[in-house]
Amino acid sequence: MLTNRHTKSNLVAQRVQEIPASGIRKFFDLLASMEGVISLGVGEPDFTTPWHIREAAIHSLERGFTMYTSNYGTFELRQELARHLARLYEVVYDPRSELMITVGVSEALDLALRAVLNPGDEVLIPDPGYVSYMPCTVLAGGTVVPVPTRVEDDFKVAAAAIEERLTPRTKVLLLGYPNNPTGAVLDYEELARIAVVAAKHDLLVISDEIYDRLVYEREHTCFASLPGMQERTILLGGFSKAYAMTGWRVGYAAAPAEILEAMLKIHQYGALCAPIMSQMAALQALRAGEPDVRAMVAEYNQRRKVIVKGLNEIGLPTFEPRGAFYAFPSVARTGLDSDTFAEQLLIEAKVAVVPGSAFGQCGEGYVRCCYATALDQINEALDRIAAFVRRHDGGQSK
Amino acid sequence: MGLSAKESEILCTLERDPCVSTGQMATMTDLSEDEVKGIVADLKQRGIILRTRSVINWEKAGEPLVTALIEVRVTPQRDVGFDALAQRIARFPEVRSMYLVSGTYDLAVQVTGRTMQDLAMFVAGKIAPLDGVQGTVTHFLLKTYKEDGVLIEGDQQPSRLPIAP
Repeated sequence: MLTNRHTKSNLVAQRVQEIPASGIRKFFDLLASMEGVISLGVGEPDFTTPWHIREAAIHSLERGFTMYTSNYGTFELRQELARHLARLYEVVYDPRSELMITVGVSEALDLALRAVLNPGDEVLIPDPGYVSYMPCTVLAGGTVVPVPTRVEDDFKVAAAAIEERLTPRTKVLLLGYPNNPTGAVLDYEELARIAVVAAKHDLLVISDEIYDRLVYEREHTCFASLPGMQERTILLGGFSKAYAMTGWRVGYAAAPAEILEAMLKIHQYGALCAPIMSQMAALQALRAGEPDVRAMVAEYNQRRKVIVKGLNEIGLPTFEPRGAFYAFPSVARTGLDSDTFAEQLLIEAKVAVVPGSAFGQCGEGYVRCCYATALDQINEALDRIAAFVRRHDGGQSK
Repeated sequence: MGLSAKESEILCTLERDPCVSTGQMATMTDLSEDEVKGIVADLKQRGIILRTRSVINWEKAGEPLVTALIEVRVTPQRDVGFDALAQRIARFPEVRSMYLVSGTYDLAVQVTGRTMQDLAMFVAGKIAPLDGVQGTVTHFLLKTYKEDGVLIEGDQQPSRLPIAP
């Protein structure tokens, strides 16, 4: 029963009220009433989890693995993960105290921010960036300081731009590369320059590397592998994108023991542990999933080339993404803002994309198109977008 | 005789989807259209690309084919081993695929026809009487679970959320 002091306006906590609603919710409602829509608005692989991984999870259920695991996650998985990170990036983490398995990277991000932020601490976040970064920072009591990135710089965040925004309250730099939504990646030298800034100003770096395996014709650099950075880095990663395992909700955090212990404290009260069958599947993925990763990356790479060329030919200038599975065309020539473009495109052409504005102010004027989509669907979507842009170009030239 | 990286990429792509246009293949592989045409022509000429065909679920189309796997035990012949007899059998148009195998029999022969009767008559009339054939065992296929790498599934694949962050 509500008492008088619970008026409608104070039922929900102030800090939650202040978080803007997700920019994509209205598209859900629109989509629900439509048929024949091609969606480039997805945020996950179109592959099903490789069968040997699914089969391993089924086998674990058959053997009766249905209980809690350690709050850290199973030791076997942490051990395998430590070997995996050492093999790929030459970073050495102690599986007993520096690695934990989480409910997707989403939880790991939330834990990291809550574990390190004091009220009013500032978090530098490249803009555009993943939709969770800003709200999770606010919920953890931090203050968001966006660091704009531009297409002219390939959407890379520059060390100088970070340095310009430092204040005495700056505590965390939150990097998300390969980037969702732009597909930008940072090369070793660029990361090294950022590392110098981080060391000089004693920043903690949260590096969300969920797309680490999805880079095209280049190598990924793990931020923690840079000299002196491991001690000040919370590395976040997962299985969702590389092994097509989004629904399993399993990710990880790697950090210095003191920070990991703090994250674990929150995790043990909030989530307890990641589902055991998902951890079993993740173990199989690490042990035998490498050929699947290579095959999927090869296919994404082909589609990437098709969609980027197609969008550019349509007249929507598109930066060449080097990682993840998104193309991020500019829709400025249509004269529509990104939200209107996405809405009209869905209604008129039945193609779903995500407005860039959902990812920060610097995403305005762009839309995100996911190419983890079958090639014939991409081709059909490109045809529809081309017709749509032709119709709206007339309006622009008036 | 090994493949170049581009040849290998083109082959893998064509095996997955033979309908990819030359233009699209060129985009995907960072080659020009002429280069793609040249490579494909060369792969055909070298006998590496044999043929392009569709995998069809005839049962669903309402015109089921009858398929049987036939185990054939044969007596190898001097100088030519299994090959001479194998090639005689392979030339019959009813034979879809055929392999020399290890184990309790020698030739694994897959045959297709319109009716079970057709196939039974074919085995009895054409294969069994051949000189050198010691015996045959015919297994009629009752249900297809997977055809050429494609699962024949009853259930619909679950779909993704159309919009996700």
